[in-house]
Amino acid sequence: MIRKDKYNKILILGSGALQIGQAGEFDYSGSQAIKALKEDGIKTILINPNIATIQTSEQLADEVYFLPLSINYVEKVIEKEKPDGILLGFGGQTALNVGVELYNSGILQKHNIKVLGTSVETIQNTEDRKLFAEKVTEVGLQMAQSFSVHSVDEAVQAAEKIGFPIMLRIAYALGGLGSGIVENKQDLIEKANRAFSFTNQILIEESLFGWKEVEYEIVRDKFDNAIAVCSMENFDPMGIHTGDSIVISPVQTLSATENFKLRSIGIKLIRHLGIIGECNIQYALSPNSEDYRIIEVNARLSRSSALASKATGYPLAFVATKLSIGYALNEIENSVTKQTSAAFEPALDYVVLKFPRWDLQKFNQVSTTLGSEMKSVGEVMAIGRSFEEVLQKAIRMLDIGKNGFVCNNSENTEDIRNQIKVANPNRIFQIATALEQNLSIDEINKLTKIDKWFLYKLKRIVDLKKKFQSSKLEEIDFDNFYHLKKAGFSDKQIGLLSNSDEFSVRARRKSLGICPVVKQIDTLAAEYPAKTNYLYLTYHGTENDINFGDKNQIIVLGSGAYRIGSSVEFDWCCVNAAQTLDKHNYKSVMINYNPETVSTDHDTFHKLYFDELSLERILDIYEKENPIGVIVSVGGQIPNNLAIKLSKNGVKILGTSPEQIDNAESRDKFSEILDNLEIDQPQWEELTDYESARIFCKNVGFPVLIRPSYVLSGAAMSVILSESELNIYLKNASEISKEHPVVISKFITDAREIEVDAVAQDGEVVVYAISEHVENAGVHSGDATIVFPPQRTYLETMRKVKLITKKIANKLQISGPFNMQFLAKDNEVKVIECNLRASRSFPFISKVLKLNFIEIATRMILGEKKPAFHHNSFDLDYVGVKAPQFSFTRLKGSDPILGVEMASTGEVACIGDDFNEAFLKSMLAVGYKIPQKAIFLSTGRTEEKAQIIEELRKIQKNGIKLFGTEATALFYQRNGIDVEILYRPFDKKSPNVMDYLEEKIFDLVINIPKNTDEDELDSDYLIRRKTVDFNIPLITNIQIARRFFKAILSDKGTENQIRSWNEY
Amino acid sequence: MNEKLKLVLEDGTEYVGYSFGFFARTEGEIVFNTGMIGYPETLTDPSYFGQILVETYPLIGNYGVPNKSEKDGILQFFESDKIQIRALIVNDYSFEFSHWSAEKSLSDWLIEEKIPAIYGIDTRALTRKLRDKGTMLAKIVLENEKADFSNIIDPNKQNLVEQVSISSEIEYAKGKSRIILVDHGVKFNILREFLNRDISILRVPYNFDFNSIKADGIVISSGPGDPMQCKETIEHTKKAILENKPILGICLGHQILGLAAGCDTYKLKYGHRSHNQPVNEMGTKRTLITTQNHGFAIKRETLSEDWREWFTNDNDSTNEGIVHISKPFFGTQFHPEANPGPDDTSYIFDMFIRTLK
Repeated sequence: MIRKDKYNKILILGSGALQIGQAGEFDYSGSQAIKALKEDGIKTILINPNIATIQTSEQLADEVYFLPLSINYVEKVIEKEKPDGILLGFGGQTALNVGVELYNSGILQKHNIKVLGTSVETIQNTEDRKLFAEKVTEVGLQMAQSFSVHSVDEAVQAAEKIGFPIMLRIAYALGGLGSGIVENKQDLIEKANRAFSFTNQILIEESLFGWKEVEYEIVRDKFDNAIAVCSMENFDPMGIHTGDSIVISPVQTLSATENFKLRSIGIKLIRHLGIIGECNIQYALSPNSEDYRIIEVNARLSRSSALASKATGYPLAFVATKLSIGYALNEIENSVTKQTSAAFEPALDYVVLKFPRWDLQKFNQVSTTLGSEMKSVGEVMAIGRSFEEVLQKAIRMLDIGKNGFVCNNSENTEDIRNQIKVANPNRIFQIATALEQNLSIDEINKLTKIDKWFLYKLKRIVDLKKKFQSSKLEEIDFDNFYHLKKAGFSDKQIGLLSNSDEFSVRARRKSLGICPVVKQIDTLAAEYPAKTNYLYLTYHGTENDINFGDKNQIIVLGSGAYRIGSSVEFDWCCVNAAQTLDKHNYKSVMINYNPETVSTDHDTFHKLYFDELSLERILDIYEKENPIGVIVSVGGQIPNNLAIKLSKNGVKILGTSPEQIDNAESRDKFSEILDNLEIDQPQWEELTDYESARIFCKNVGFPVLIRPSYVLSGAAMSVILSESELNIYLKNASEISKEHPVVISKFITDAREIEVDAVAQDGEVVVYAISEHVENAGVHSGDATIVFPPQRTYLETMRKVKLITKKIANKLQISGPFNMQFLAKDNEVKVIECNLRASRSFPFISKVLKLNFIEIATRMILGEKKPAFHHNSFDLDYVGVKAPQFSFTRLKGSDPILGVEMASTGEVACIGDDFNEAFLKSMLAVGYKIPQKAIFLSTGRTEEKAQIIEELRKIQKNGIKLFGTEATALFYQRNGIDVEILYRPFDKKSPNVMDYLEEKIFDLVINIPKNTDEDELDSDYLIRRKTVDFNIPLITNIQIARRFFKAILSDKGTENQIRSWNEY
Repeated sequence: MNEKLKLVLEDGTEYVGYSFGFFARTEGEIVFNTGMIGYPETLTDPSYFGQILVETYPLIGNYGVPNKSEKDGILQFFESDKIQIRALIVNDYSFEFSHWSAEKSLSDWLIEEKIPAIYGIDTRALTRKLRDKGTMLAKIVLENEKADFSNIIDPNKQNLVEQVSISSEIEYAKGKSRIILVDHGVKFNILREFLNRDISILRVPYNFDFNSIKADGIVISSGPGDPMQCKETIEHTKKAILENKPILGICLGHQILGLAAGCDTYKLKYGHRSHNQPVNEMGTKRTLITTQNHGFAIKRETLSEDWREWFTNDNDSTNEGIVHISKPFFGTQFHPEANPGPDDTSYIFDMFIRTLK
């Protein structure tokens, strides 16, 4: 490779924990950046506390720092490593913000570090709305008009200048009044009057309601060559965040003139802004003319750019990195064709559709309306050769229990017009219902503003469903059967239509000779031959692009969409498993469909099937490829759940046998196994009526943990404290019946939770790692703060845990990775659950222990002779702490508390010499700040209040002011701590906590929920909600509060403890 | 589902699909285009005359067919007055359309202009075949018919230009400067590029001896087929070169300019037909994305010493432009007027206009 501009060492900022709006896509782009730099012989330094990422793997960056992404830490790393360049565009908004701060504070200049690619000045011109508007108008381009006004008169003037209807925007939703369209003067006066009673500034903007939303990914080199790599069109019209929109690529409803006009405008603006590397530009396009408005430019890699890379096969992050170190576009090879250069615009001969996944049902009281703030936690991408095909594929990929666009359980069908009017996560299914009810396309278009082209396509699917509903399977002829498959109907859907099962449909289909074909993604629509391994399946074809049956292939099933409970950690597991396969002379075949991952980066594997993780599709691929077998234990719950079904259909499952997976998954079978092995477990029972539930609870005593199988409203798994709560829960929130049993188990209070991650072969444990939770049992393990190696668990307990682990490994004849969770109290150990697959904490313990558990697991699955490992966690001279990241601020209305349902969207882990150091760093890495001014306390039950007396005393001595609710303040006052009383929200008296929150008096709020009387619950909720709305750090768990105070008090400046992963 | 039609290639390969255009048999040279958008423009591009067109982008018809409004005496949304292709082959036809400018569906338009069209064909498989075996002749027949290739006429052996050119001159008055546009099947956007820059045009038939007319410059247009067929224009161009008049050749016109300058041309295996062809401006780091539609090219080795290679293709290094070292003679193999396609190279018109006397 030619060395371009002379750089020896480059610092890359990662994006930290996954959160809403910033997910695994930055692991993908960062990993690509590191690869691109390494290829040029440049040393790479990475700061990213997200330990579960691929980019923080040992084989990538030269030095990795698991540290908070804040300027004090970054500066220390700079002082130590002395890099000569820094990349800011590969770690999302987090990295960009830190970069701007580093620049503004003069740190970059002081250390003589060059910002590679787009300059900070340009970044600021794109980030600041006013500067951006100036830049856009300088080159004569159009933006939506916007006026910030301070009085009703000004508002009217502005509105008249723009012309009604206008968009009225208010910074915070106040008193039920949000932003919205205003149709006329009178309406405006009324709304503005109300708004000004809360705030002194509102925005009057041109309304783009109902306009199309279109995006382009544009790449530019320092020689001023610019290309538009990918165009994308939002299915949902303007007004819904693109992260919450269904997106299709390339654009579908634009004419060539419109498309190339927007391309030219984009390139013109990007040249004017001076972007070097990659950026994304968003437009609103009128549905009635060629009129357009520029919405924004993101001068960095983004979710859209990751999607565009996967959609086109064009490696945007890799190319952007090369451009930022001085390459010209045509000096970079097209990694897909190997014949052509990166200076081209991909031509697609397929379409892709991205569908977001929301997990709003996990949150209490959250608003489900979609708007300008993103709420989804992940996304899927489907590839196919018709709109119908990709839409139905994508819906199934979401893994939300839907069979496709149609053939689902009946939704609420009442008042469908009002349902579809407001964008919400279920709107697509509501539109299906509307079409079934024969609402016209015109009417649906009027209500939703979704372009008619999309609606016509949706109607075709519904029409097909209606046509073949209750037809006999054998009566569907070849042409019609093929037609259904081309429209994306799964065998299961056809089964539902023809009253037969998936397998009969499959058999009938194969007897007709209807099979999907495998096509390659080659960036040039077959114009040039490509040896690419980037594949998808479609029914729109008669010929496979590749030959099958390579020897030694093993399929690895991926983890699907990011969601609460399954994110980048399983991607790490999948990639590591596949890489181990390749290292041991097998050929890895990955199946996954999440565009935000490294596991869908085709150059990581022998073959990548970007397709559904469904029984039907895996069988299609298996039958074509005829591999040695399938690994189901590294991709989380989706592959785990498929194991039995695949095995029953003749698929060879590698590792632990599917029957044993079932033994561990089935509550009854597993419980029996535990009983037989004389291993203790919390008492539980599956119950089918209220009376028996009540009796069970009475016998074991409250509290109990209750898990319904059918949920009526928000509540799912819950801790129940009393009989009256049980009554309310089973009558209102869930159902109890023979069809919908509930599982109730004894909830053990003040118990500690312990986890084991391990690998076994033929029932014998090969390696294991025990870790402990900081929080007491009751917090979901995905939301818990985890310490490894354990610091407070008795040796006796650890020994018991180890023995039980061995017994179970033996009993279930485990071969491969597994994870167990235990409750420990007074040296008594009870088993909560056992998963015969890799867990969320595998990357964490692997990286802290410096022993790759997935690599070992894969080798064990392959049957390698059991090796001897001498890694012992007792030998570690340091501690790792993994902390959860929450996204409550984004989820308007949601109650930010922790419970038995998981709520975190990501995690970080930091390493330190002792617990306090590691814990404090990880707390800072998920956004906590060391309080400097004031803390607000509302610390729960007396036992809980008492737990932090000593710490508060010392904290106060450090000059931090303490405030509290009346009960809390009085308690601490009695204990000699000066805590000022603030009234609660409903007291309507001042000084009131709500005012203090709004004035940002506190830099920490501790609110421990008490779970007792309603009034207090509501009051607590309001405090918590306001805290996260104003972005003030919030702690809701007393153990965390105590450890946090201790860590602060013992802190001697953790930012001085700068050590790379290699140095531990 | 519609009636079936069968596409048969010269080598015997058959593809059966459903008719969505005029239900009839036809024949021609089969080529593929990888542009993802712009079928109204592409279908009316006279360079496709005599060809069966395969669209590699799978969803066609989405935004219907625009209206026939005119500006400056030419249709606004099309590249000529009628559909030029012999037949259209797509994967998935969109029966419903949605666009503010749409007046009818693609299917209605094809039927109106009696052009057969088939959907439901594995266009990727077909494209791979054409890429590997090269451009072929093909026939469209009824589902159960045999295709007889013994009597097929190879359009490249015909004077296609004669069939797409105009029969008598047309004047477009706009500004003081005037160019002569030699029409070999000109795309309307070439006219628009000049008219929008206030240049008057005298559009003349392909065999018109333009040297007899006073003009500030000569543009030799794009068009279908083998440039060697355009003997008369080559002769006329040779004369024009001697007179030092500014000349711009586009696509076929570029090849004619090359032939007039003493170069040879040859047939490419499967040609360039797309909107994403990267070309490099020689001696610079400049890459431009261009629209292309041609099956022949200039042999660069045969350029005489007074000429330079101006552009080359970044993908396969074929010639993409020539320029004279001292005189205002320019030729581009790509279409600077784009439409459909990126407008990266529209500056070539500005360049040319600066040389007009």
